[in-house]
Amino acid sequence: MAKTKKVVQLMPTDIKEELLKKYPPKVARKRAKQIMINEATEAEAPPEILANVRTIPGIITMRGCTYAGCKGVIMGPTRDILNITHGPIGCGFYSWLTRRNQTDPGPDGENYMPYCFSTDMQDQDIIFGGEKKLAAAIQEAYDIFHPKGICVFATCPVGLIGDDIHAVSKKMKEKFGDCNVFAFSCEGYKGVSQSAGHHIANNQVFSHLVGENEEAKEGKYKINLLGEYNIGGDGFEIDRIFKKCGITNISTFSGNSSYDQFASAQHADLDCVMCHRSINYVADMLETKYGIPWIKVNFIGAESTAKSLRKIAEYFGDKELIDRVEEVIAEEMPEVKAMAEQVRPHTEGKTAMLFVGGSRAHHYQDLFAEMGMKTLSAGYEFAHRDDYEGRHVIPELKPDADSRNIEEITVEADEKLYNPRKTPEELKALEDAGYEFKHYAGLNEQMDKGTLVIDDLNQYEADKLVELLKPDIFCAGIKEKFSIQKLGVPMKQLHSYDSGGPYAGFKGAINFYKEIDRLVTSKVWSYMKAPWQESPELTATFVWE
Amino acid sequence: MALLKHTPVEIKERKALTINPAKTCQPIGAMYAALGIHGCLPHSHGSQGCCAYHRSTLTRHYKEPISAATSSFTEGASVFGGHANLVQAIDNIFTVYDPEVIAVHTTCLSETIGDDLKQIFDKATKSGKVPEGKTCLGAATPSYVGSHVTGFSNMVKSMAQLAEPSGHKSHKVNVIPGWVEPADMAEIKRIAEMVGVDITLFPDTDGVLNAPLTGEYKMFPDGGVTVAQLKKTGDAIGTLALGEWCSADAARWLDAKCKVPCTVLDMPFGLAATDRFIDVLRTVAGVSVPESVAFERGQLVDMISDMHQYFYGKRVAIWGDPDQLISMCEFLVSLDMQPVYVVTGTPGKKFEARIKEICADKPFEVKVKAKGDMFLMHQWIKNEPVDLLIGNTYGKYIARDEDIPLLRWGFPILDRQGHQYFPTVGYKGGLRLLEKILTLLLDRKDRDDPETTFELVL
Repeated sequence: MAKTKKVVQLMPTDIKEELLKKYPPKVARKRAKQIMINEATEAEAPPEILANVRTIPGIITMRGCTYAGCKGVIMGPTRDILNITHGPIGCGFYSWLTRRNQTDPGPDGENYMPYCFSTDMQDQDIIFGGEKKLAAAIQEAYDIFHPKGICVFATCPVGLIGDDIHAVSKKMKEKFGDCNVFAFSCEGYKGVSQSAGHHIANNQVFSHLVGENEEAKEGKYKINLLGEYNIGGDGFEIDRIFKKCGITNISTFSGNSSYDQFASAQHADLDCVMCHRSINYVADMLETKYGIPWIKVNFIGAESTAKSLRKIAEYFGDKELIDRVEEVIAEEMPEVKAMAEQVRPHTEGKTAMLFVGGSRAHHYQDLFAEMGMKTLSAGYEFAHRDDYEGRHVIPELKPDADSRNIEEITVEADEKLYNPRKTPEELKALEDAGYEFKHYAGLNEQMDKGTLVIDDLNQYEADKLVELLKPDIFCAGIKEKFSIQKLGVPMKQLHSYDSGGPYAGFKGAINFYKEIDRLVTSKVWSYMKAPWQESPELTATFVWE
Repeated sequence: MALLKHTPVEIKERKALTINPAKTCQPIGAMYAALGIHGCLPHSHGSQGCCAYHRSTLTRHYKEPISAATSSFTEGASVFGGHANLVQAIDNIFTVYDPEVIAVHTTCLSETIGDDLKQIFDKATKSGKVPEGKTCLGAATPSYVGSHVTGFSNMVKSMAQLAEPSGHKSHKVNVIPGWVEPADMAEIKRIAEMVGVDITLFPDTDGVLNAPLTGEYKMFPDGGVTVAQLKKTGDAIGTLALGEWCSADAARWLDAKCKVPCTVLDMPFGLAATDRFIDVLRTVAGVSVPESVAFERGQLVDMISDMHQYFYGKRVAIWGDPDQLISMCEFLVSLDMQPVYVVTGTPGKKFEARIKEICADKPFEVKVKAKGDMFLMHQWIKNEPVDLLIGNTYGKYIARDEDIPLLRWGFPILDRQGHQYFPTVGYKGGLRLLEKILTLLLDRKDRDDPETTFELVL
């Protein structure tokens, strides 16, 4: 490898200083609070990080917007709900199939994901209001497709001109009778990142859809999988494992999801939360309304998968399931281990940086650890403080102007459907035995001392970090990919994988080991300089001498 | 099973719902055009999602870093106006990234609240946020007017408006290439050099969005038209605007305000459009075309003659941007192919007329729609199929469902690579287009022919 490693060990404080050097003083002060040296000597108190705050104008951010979080992330993977973007054409166009959400159209074959629906607002709609056009668009969609559900998404100008998309949707729903129509006020300017959009989407799905189907669901061990979006087929692999174990996944929120899955979520006996950032509040609501307890799981990494399966089995406490899970793990692991051993000589001791989403920078560290790789620096694009510091900090979080405009819904126990799955005694017994409900530790705990935890990393800092620390691999999104690679460092997309997958579960781990092996051993990174650039001195010799 | 299984054969008129658009919004075009200025950081004045989407789409298409900043509006800015955000952004951008130029475009958000870019630039300049010698330029690009093509055109016009005529004519010719690949811009420069004409090409993304991999990252690569060059466009002896939709506004502005005579031409895709481009170029510059150009032309004619037998009578559905479609349809017709369905999402009455004119008196009937969408085109195909699809990546669903070969051409191409390096303009580009089309058609034939008629030599 032609890549030059830094000989001098940089102290984390030096790196932080270097990152902040170029900013105007006010910006530097703010960024300083978002760049944390993990458990460093900076302060006596446990480290606290500034998160979920506005992006600084003019700073090239990795973040997207509320609409992207709502329509793209949460509702994007839902196949039989017809999603209409109410706004000018752009937003609908950009969120058209760009997240690599895979789907199985199922026996009914109902799948609108390859379609892009928009009201394509024109200037006259902005001036005179777009409600009539929206109503007509919903009608046309209904007439052509007859879907089970139609969802409407507001874009920035819709909020400004005050179209009442909820009233229009309600009216159309009543008119149709056999098609659920509801809307999301997910204008891009609300909140500070995609995270607000997740919240808006989840709230509406919970209010308008969950619990609609009262028909009982078959299955001995029934769960919901929350916060899994089936990028590159991750959800398929997790479902394969569940099936093998005899676990019934009633609904995934929202990877490879369908209308009926959401509508039947209340039939599960346990909620398993993957990406806690995007959905932990839904788990809370499901518990309050229907009495379903929830746990944090992680299916990224073979060890994590095994651990999560055991945790699910322990919850049900049934020997049959406990034994079956052990059998499945025993069956799946040898192949995973064999691949890990194969790649380990290439990956051992190598370094990574991860700046992804709101949980992925956390989850993927498990996979890197399985390959003997160390994470030098990590952070989230749209996290809140609890994602870094653990769920226990939630009561400390103070709402600000930007979080206040995201609707909080109050949920009470459902008169008919509330059914506590375990008695308080049973829950206590599990907890006394060390079982953790409603808990996640956060990124800081997982990372080594002295590593850099950075919230809302931007392009300037990303490039600087890579220049200074020369990691063997950098993980972020498509926007970051090529500037990192121009620096001669391979970059793996982990939002919407640039290719390949699944990376979840056992088969996913194998795929990931191979992919990282490919990236860190590719010879291309040694081609950066031509021979005459490596040694430009001219000598009067012939090559064959 | 079909991917677009819900698309019915029966066509119903839709007044409100666009399905599978053949266009996107203005700002992305403005961002792409701005990247063709040397040392320029495009800036999106709105909430940060627009910028993220545009950067992602351009990155996926060009496979290059797309740096662009945003005003990151939250609710407050949306209510009280984005002045403060943009002034702060300008300060941060010059301090942190040190570009030569900031090219700001608006979004539907900032347009709806009525932010005035000129006023904000004045404020930023007066408060010392714009360093000496640096430039801010801006374009109004409301997403609810026109399409990405309009946004491109608006930013190019803003570039032209940097012109400061000195009163002395130069020997240079302005060429506005329109929304084409960086490789196409390189090819246009190569052709001009062959003809011996000194041109100012703007925008020019060659060298910016096809930069080498060297282990060093330059946020501002070496390519792009400089502000100094743009200032001199007012002294040019003429402007060639390639494409009515993409380039004419800028050229007409230079004509009206700086007395630089302009000619609006079709984009030089295919034989005839390239012929006209070179002919006008040499006329404006007063030079004679060297034999080497005629030699390349002859090679293209040779290939057309060799391949004609396979192209003759083939039905094509094509969608994309108006300027590109016009030239491509002309090229297809010149090969005796039949562009039977032509769709653009970009509005413009002239478009339909022009396509009909190109296809007039030909042995087929053309269905053409401006402000159309790919759903309608797919329905047309379901009613009467075609032999070839030409358009962007989103056509791959139709291609698979209907089992029709797809030539990826236009914007965006998200699933194939190399288009940023290989031109499709000019005679050389024509050769590439022909080769690609023939390969698609014959690969299909080789796959489909029964054993009895499967042949080694075709």
